[in-house]
Amino acid sequence: MSALSLRFLPVLVRREHASLAIKLLAPPVALGLATLLNLGLYLLMGRDPVAVFHAMLLEPFLSWASFSEVLLKMGPLLLIAQGLAIGFRAKVFNIGAEGQFILGAIFASAIPIWLPQATGQWIWPSMLVLGALGGALWASLTAFWRVRLNANEILVSLMLALVAAQLLNYLLLGPWKDPAGFNFPQSVMFQYDAMVPTLIPGTRVNVSLLIACALSLAAWLFMQRSFAGFKLQVGGLAPRAAGYAGFNEGRAIWISLLIGGFAAGLAGAAEVAGPLGQLQRSISTGYGYAAIIVAYLGGLHPIGIVFSALLMAALYIGGDNAMVSANLPVAAVRVFQGSLLLAYLVAIAFVRYRLEWRHAAHGSAP
Amino acid sequence: MNAIEFIVAGMLAAATPFLLAALGEMVAERAGVLNLGVEGLMALGAVTAFIIVYHGGGHLLGFLAAGLASAALSLVFAVIALGFRANQVAVGLAIGILGQGLSALFGKTYESLTVKGLPKLSLPWLSDIPVIGGLFAQDVVVWLSLAATVAIWGIFAYTKTGLVVRAVGENPKAAHALGYPVIAMRFAAVAFGGVLAGFAGAYAAVVYTPLWADGMIAGRGWIAIALVVFGTWLTSRIFLGACLFGAVSLASLAAQATGLDVSSQLLSSLPYIVTIVVLGIISSNRRLLKLNGVASLGEPFEQ
Repeated sequence: MSALSLRFLPVLVRREHASLAIKLLAPPVALGLATLLNLGLYLLMGRDPVAVFHAMLLEPFLSWASFSEVLLKMGPLLLIAQGLAIGFRAKVFNIGAEGQFILGAIFASAIPIWLPQATGQWIWPSMLVLGALGGALWASLTAFWRVRLNANEILVSLMLALVAAQLLNYLLLGPWKDPAGFNFPQSVMFQYDAMVPTLIPGTRVNVSLLIACALSLAAWLFMQRSFAGFKLQVGGLAPRAAGYAGFNEGRAIWISLLIGGFAAGLAGAAEVAGPLGQLQRSISTGYGYAAIIVAYLGGLHPIGIVFSALLMAALYIGGDNAMVSANLPVAAVRVFQGSLLLAYLVAIAFVRYRLEWRHAAHGSAP
Repeated sequence: MNAIEFIVAGMLAAATPFLLAALGEMVAERAGVLNLGVEGLMALGAVTAFIIVYHGGGHLLGFLAAGLASAALSLVFAVIALGFRANQVAVGLAIGILGQGLSALFGKTYESLTVKGLPKLSLPWLSDIPVIGGLFAQDVVVWLSLAATVAIWGIFAYTKTGLVVRAVGENPKAAHALGYPVIAMRFAAVAFGGVLAGFAGAYAAVVYTPLWADGMIAGRGWIAIALVVFGTWLTSRIFLGACLFGAVSLASLAAQATGLDVSSQLLSSLPYIVTIVVLGIISSNRRLLKLNGVASLGEPFEQ
């Protein structure tokens, strides 16, 4: 049987100390690797890789108009990823943020849809709060299933995301459909006071980006400076030690999922109360799934996530550019996202391991 | 044909994508590897088979290519998750996103196109029985999937190979000490799971609903992963679970056809809701999961 072991390959050897330099280098290296791989793919598809590279990775940063769109896209990604990263560090894998995002959008839309005549500056803040609560409520189902029924949170949260998408369809094709909307699956346009105020004049960037940044700071304080955050991290790194220390596992799961759902719900609310101004079927272009990549690429660290959210937002805008200028299908963005995460996971392995070529004299398998 | 006959006749075909993907995932998990990329593997298999069948390559070639393509993607998973010892959950999610992205990319120009499915092969006499006769008229892939199910059950129940795969999943250190190549066996298990996920996707795209639509796998890969838990890592129970899901998806079709006044969105989400409910019921029996679960599932192996 030992003939099957691949002796000609180098082996991973654990480092004595985790390498901080590699931890910082891993995201840019992964980006370079993923870029090379994807440009190769575009070449095979008969596209001009230089043009795609320019449209996808440079153009978003070259003009203020497109950079402001990047900032707009960054808001929801940043919010969702910060919430998810807290859970991921506690080894609570909420991958249904997409559903919590949709529920946030639905809850927030309830106010302008039920009270279309209402005016006043209370409307948009209430929408954000209600949306966040909606996201947390949807996530609490997963938490209940995990803590009380011992069910795997990965599967439950994902299934709930698929249910949420159907719930959105139901509302938009049924009770919440705009009667004057030519049968399109969308709600009425919201009134002016249901809109989050613009942050940078002349752009669509609104106050929700500021909220996302403030919550990033809060996430940093919570994870790095608070005892509750410390307990979550211990639970993730050494569950048995956390058990001996009397840290409640069930509570950690509840906190992780509620924070994740709250943040994703807030992002969903900010999307309908911001750039969209109505509830539509296309409220999310996979933010909930992209945010998982953002969280990992940012090293599950609140500061790293700010940079990775910016990068992922630029990829979205760049992907749209490339679709127009280089005739690249939109799906190319998902391929890029997936390969970027894979490249990062390879690069990050070298934080704890180094490669060593096995010598014939020792270290051979039995 | 009434609703009961409709469900009985179509159940096995509807169950086949679930069954194949879940059996593949079961083998990988029995060896200790949690591959969450099944949805992406199925999507890649589906588009590969569809393109080949659409261009006249035939179903056999379509299935083979689908198995090969998904196996290749599952080997990318294996290299990163097993070779580089990366977090299996993260790698699986990334493979899922990549596979679905590749599927959408390659399938873009084929949107809404159709191919011909496969004819039904009826068992003589049995298929003439009233009500349940439809159960014995299935296409060749369903018959082969049933044979594969029995074969996998036999391998785990009676052969040394099955025992070694389980040992590698239960206690990799002990298996390694006995001289079994843990990593190589896990690679093989993951690749096997990839092949079956590719077949599952191919069946969905060129036999069950022979029409290309982006996102056509529609969560079936995830339900397959849930089925492994429902079936508590046992072939026979996974088969029963897959049949249940085949029946559930057909029941919602039948309900729509009879004009039952239920929203189609509720019916579409029925399989997901059933998954959530059954997952809760099975998982709350902690003893059952502990007895049948795989001890080293998801953990990297270091010598």
